[in-house]
Amino acid sequence: MRVIGRPVVRLDALDKVTGAAKYVGDMKFPGVLHAAILRSNCSHGRIKHIDTKDALELPGVHAVVTGEKYQKPTGLYLKDRTLFAVDKVRYYGEPVAGVVAETPELAKEAVRLIRVEYEQLPPVYDPLSALADGAPLLHENLGNYEWAPVFFPKPGTNISNHFKLRKGDVKQGFAESHIIHEETYCVPHIYHSPLETHVAVGYADNGGRLTVWSSCQSPFAVRKFLSTALDIPLSKIRVITGYVGGGFGGKAGATIEGLVAPLALAVPGRHVKLVYTREEDFVGAYVRQGLVARLKTGVGKDGRIRAQQCELYWDAGAYTEYGANIVRAAGYTSAGPYDIPNLWTDSYCVYTNHPSGGPMRGFGMPELHWALELQMDTLADKLGMDPVEFRLLNCLKDGGVTATGEVVYGVGLTECIKTVAERIGWGDKKEGVGKGIAIMCKAPAMPTNASSSACLKFNEDGSVTLMTSAAEIGQGAMTALAQIAAEELSLPIEAISVSCPDTAITPYEWQTVASRITFSAGNAVVLAAQDAKRQIFQNASYILGDHEMELVDGQVRVKGRPDLSVPLESVVMGAFLPDGSAKGGPVFGRGTFTPEGLINLDPETGQSPRPVAFWTFGAQGAEVSADPETGKITVHRLVAAFDVGRVINPVTLEGQVEGGLVQGLGSALFEEMVFGEDGQVLNNSFVDYKIPTSMDVPAIETYFVEVAQQDGPWGARGVGELPMVPTAPAIACALKRATGTLHRKLPLVRHGRD
Amino acid sequence: MEHVIHLTVNGTPISGRVRSDRRLVDFLREDLELTGTKEGCGEGECGACTILMNGVAVNSCLVLAVEADGSEILTVEGLARGGELDPLQKEFAEKGAVQCGYCTPGMLMSAKALLSRHPSPTEEQVREAIAGNLCRCTGYKKIVEAILAAGGRGRA
Repeated sequence: MRVIGRPVVRLDALDKVTGAAKYVGDMKFPGVLHAAILRSNCSHGRIKHIDTKDALELPGVHAVVTGEKYQKPTGLYLKDRTLFAVDKVRYYGEPVAGVVAETPELAKEAVRLIRVEYEQLPPVYDPLSALADGAPLLHENLGNYEWAPVFFPKPGTNISNHFKLRKGDVKQGFAESHIIHEETYCVPHIYHSPLETHVAVGYADNGGRLTVWSSCQSPFAVRKFLSTALDIPLSKIRVITGYVGGGFGGKAGATIEGLVAPLALAVPGRHVKLVYTREEDFVGAYVRQGLVARLKTGVGKDGRIRAQQCELYWDAGAYTEYGANIVRAAGYTSAGPYDIPNLWTDSYCVYTNHPSGGPMRGFGMPELHWALELQMDTLADKLGMDPVEFRLLNCLKDGGVTATGEVVYGVGLTECIKTVAERIGWGDKKEGVGKGIAIMCKAPAMPTNASSSACLKFNEDGSVTLMTSAAEIGQGAMTALAQIAAEELSLPIEAISVSCPDTAITPYEWQTVASRITFSAGNAVVLAAQDAKRQIFQNASYILGDHEMELVDGQVRVKGRPDLSVPLESVVMGAFLPDGSAKGGPVFGRGTFTPEGLINLDPETGQSPRPVAFWTFGAQGAEVSADPETGKITVHRLVAAFDVGRVINPVTLEGQVEGGLVQGLGSALFEEMVFGEDGQVLNNSFVDYKIPTSMDVPAIETYFVEVAQQDGPWGARGVGELPMVPTAPAIACALKRATGTLHRKLPLVRHGRD
Repeated sequence: MEHVIHLTVNGTPISGRVRSDRRLVDFLREDLELTGTKEGCGEGECGACTILMNGVAVNSCLVLAVEADGSEILTVEGLARGGELDPLQKEFAEKGAVQCGYCTPGMLMSAKALLSRHPSPTEEQVREAIAGNLCRCTGYKKIVEAILAAGGRGRA
């Protein structure tokens, strides 16, 4: 291996340590105007009147836009939202109007001059109340919305998706059970907290073409969203992404772009910039959904899980265009990493008057595994069985069957569990310190045809520009994809440069989400490199004759004849023969990847032999103590092992896992969005919403198992989200062993004192 | 009201006209186009806008430009000298201390202030020095390792 598996320094590192790296907020636009957004101060209300007169008359104000002009519903999976509120507001902070003005200060002043009259409607703030008879309805027109056929809204209720899974015979399974445990678990809303808030710049020319620069994860999804909402053909919309200052799912789909685009269309010929304040960022895009999970699980005398019934009630917020799929993903993963023969699951996506739920690192899996892993740990205790043994006995192994009936192979979970148990010293007692373990699985939740593509453009000197539309959100996509290209082309990493996404130039990518870029875009890069090599060998054959060839260290060689070779750079622009004639042409490799053979889940039973592209498995351990006097919880150590298939870059991989563990630590101990009685977020700043600092971080150890993913690039599978998944339950299980009490509500610092 | 200020930024003497309410972060990013310094919260809680003012790490969102009159400012753009990266920059890149990179400039400046006081700090000192710089990507481990290495205490 030349570069795969090597600690290659990130391609973007130099730009980022010198301050040269350009994020959208750093880009300069001549004559730029500034936008500000009026947000509702009411969580559920009918808009009776909007008066924009005073705002429009303020000198320096160029335009005011409300929902009146853009009433067409849009959204990723379920078209249930509009760009600005139309007729109703459904959460505190919903955009009602936008202003374009000469300066940010003027725009904010104009926003204060807009008067909105609401007729207050009764709000509903938790999913169980929202399902009760007579609960206020958020979307009276749900039945008229459009949705992808794999979702099941219930018009006339607050359910925007009911996912069902029926496997085996749960009645029989519970009858065979020796111990049955029933419990409820709760997860609050949390906020992604990227250090860069959402930023976008829009520009509409006089020919009806729209360009949006956005700090986003999914430029093509943004383009499609805008096209639907604004009735502009895709060919007239261009979305450009620079470096993104952290996403974690909050910059997936389309959010801020839906505000800046209509504002730009109101002032053709001028750039319009919108930068979310930190306060605004808490409600202006997506938040992680809340969850109430009820589990009933039965185990036999032998310790094997016989049956599980699972009810998941998601507090999905006011709009669920993206969140509906989180509910589905958690539903089809509701057995977690366990082999459970009889399973009955109902997962409900419930509208509430909270900010819109949406993707956040783990896509429903951290919330689901919070419930599952605490449940399993309790069952092990009730059986008198060691929790590690219980997990080793029941976890998925080669030939095991998932919740959807898929038979899985190449599962390195057992090795992950054993690694964590060994490294954390499972069984070694430490006074006052509890040890806990939690395991997990996750698959990318995406449409069955979610595609990636890649182009490799050769330069005259044999170096290459790699073009994909994978967003560099900090995860190291740029570097990992360059490593894959370099390895395939037998070139040094320095010969590869990678461009940021631009929908007018770089090829299609569904979204940079779901831990799928290394796998999916990585496969596209492999195929593009193979395509490039075919062209290189064709060009070389005009000089060397028709032979089987190979590309090694910048030389195109006839296989088995090292003496017959030409330098790569002499054939990347075509072949030039001694008589002066030219043959072939510049090498331009292309590759596209769509996972093949993915089959929709049965709508009634949630069964499918292959619903997802791949599964990733892992385990984590934690060492925790609590002060009996003050209740202060201290996490001493976190140990993680994931089966990543193949390590592409050990340094960026460790970085992903360490960062995910610490985000998980924050969600375990103190992260929680606190809402007032009026539905307003009360802790919408880093003063009041604490994320981990350098002082909160324990010792961290990461280990990697490499059971190759057969269809992954060099065997790799996705990992970015995973360390967020089992961290909170591992800490809670450790805390239980330290104190004797299992806390079932997050975050622990608050509920650990209940 | 406008004021004329004179200060040194990354070794270069600068004069500028600023309004009384102009923040230093805006003066640097917009007037001087030094966009390496980032803004993450505007209220001194995240540390993304950290710069050195007379050798002391400060949040430039909490300093008015007029307050910087007569001072010596160092931003991330001024860390490299004569085409040579600062040891902190080298270690951040090599140790994998950079992910999305948005906290990186502020983190580097807090670390620079620490190393100027304690050229070879302990891990505890490093963690304390960057406690006001939030990072959501890395989990801090590699950042701490990079600063220790720049101080000559890192693992090889």
